[in-house]
Amino acid sequence: MNLGEHFKSGKFVVSSEIGPPKGINTEAMLADADLLKGKVDAVNVTDQQSSVMRLGSFVTCHLLKERGIEPNFQVTCRDRNRIALQSDLLSAAVLGIENVLCLTGDYVSLGDHPEAKPVFDLDSVSLLQVVTALQNGKDLSGSELSGSPKFCAGAVVTPGADPLEPQIIKMEKKVKAGAQFFQTQAVYEPDKFEKFMEQVRYLNVPVMLGVVMLKSVGMARFMNKYVAGIHVPDNLIEEMEKTENKADKSIEIAARLIKEMKPMCQGVHIMAIGWEKKVPAVIDAAGL
Amino acid sequence: MIISQQKPIEEILGYLEGESNIFLLGCKGCAEACETGGEKQVLQMKETLTKEGKNITGTCVIDFLCDKALAKTRLFAHEGKIGKADSILFMTCGIGVQATSAVLPKVCHPACNTISVGGARGEWRGEERCNECGDCLLDMTGGICPLTACTKGLINGPCGGSKDGKCEFEPDVRDCGWMLIYERLKKLNKLDNLKKIIEPKDYAKMNPPKDIRSTIMWSLEQKQVN
Repeated sequence: MNLGEHFKSGKFVVSSEIGPPKGINTEAMLADADLLKGKVDAVNVTDQQSSVMRLGSFVTCHLLKERGIEPNFQVTCRDRNRIALQSDLLSAAVLGIENVLCLTGDYVSLGDHPEAKPVFDLDSVSLLQVVTALQNGKDLSGSELSGSPKFCAGAVVTPGADPLEPQIIKMEKKVKAGAQFFQTQAVYEPDKFEKFMEQVRYLNVPVMLGVVMLKSVGMARFMNKYVAGIHVPDNLIEEMEKTENKADKSIEIAARLIKEMKPMCQGVHIMAIGWEKKVPAVIDAAGL
Repeated sequence: MIISQQKPIEEILGYLEGESNIFLLGCKGCAEACETGGEKQVLQMKETLTKEGKNITGTCVIDFLCDKALAKTRLFAHEGKIGKADSILFMTCGIGVQATSAVLPKVCHPACNTISVGGARGEWRGEERCNECGDCLLDMTGGICPLTACTKGLINGPCGGSKDGKCEFEPDVRDCGWMLIYERLKKLNKLDNLKKIIEPKDYAKMNPPKDIRSTIMWSLEQKQVN
């Protein structure tokens, strides 16, 4: 069942995320994924996250599908031009991968191959247009396809962006281009999220709250300093500082954030960044 | 020399929709040589637009619109006529539009596509850059080029990597191009421009035919090589 079908059923949709390894040893990643089976509605597979070269999102999604886990195929515009992107989307469809999360992608300089040629032939909006076009049986140049793929296109938005207006304008464009659901950047401030949700209500599109598990005080400070659109408030940093058991505290904070913001949105996307094994505990603690 | 080509008149009229009073700005530099923005072309444009029912509040042809300091000084004399205009139509290359629109408090439309800079990139002193895409987008973006101002060359708005108005690529020095565009459009009361989806670029237009690509410098270089 793809994410769109879950939203239609009216349930609060839960997803999490795994990052493919640098190399071909997939055991650890698949063990993490198995822990999520039956606990979440879909598992995102990152596309060379932070521009670091890794095993591909596409083949990893296929491995998840084989294990009965619904994948959410993350696709960025950084590494492939419109020909390669369309071809990979068709390939994914043949293997039964339906959820596609369309992203711009980090700049190459952030990763481990800063000397690479950045592509960005398309952007997140035109990638969504491509997904829509393929579903309608045509490619970007208007040529007929033999058989139309079925997708559920998703996109991302940053509720904590400052200024927020350009983010919302782009979100509106993404909806026009075919986005059927949104996953957000990490949110730690429920009041800000509530205001954001009020502002995007007119778009009438399901939004999944992004929750990144806080692993340490250092991580919180790092995100505040360097990651766009993320702000961890001082009270949460203090809580992390005072605790003797960081893992338990992290689970508690994530669950609390989810409980508090659940009434405001249609789903949650939990990003564990290495702590994938603790995601089931977050889900239990949040009562999902 | 920077090679420009006039956009189809239908496209220009599309930009001017809903505006009655237009100021025309030409350039005595490369645009005059390309016959896209010299005295003659500016007068022709005045005639065409007048026939289309537009009121031309004034015209001016300046040496090198790519030099915004010079352009600003020269345009002082036309302040009244510019003030009466709803917008300014720039008959020049993408650099000229970017440089001079930055010092004018008006909506600025490009009348030309920039086909090639012909190896002459070092001639202007500003920070403006043109990718010679052959299908100028400056009308939509308030005179700031998204292909060069945004590190990723995104054409539909900012990515998620913009923090405190800076780009994730070089946050210490590089502005987020889309924040600059957003601020400029806000100032011009043109934020609706951001809501229009810009279709994927036709990169084939970046590779112009040889006869257009050829410049004086390019020809000289060919002679020296052969």
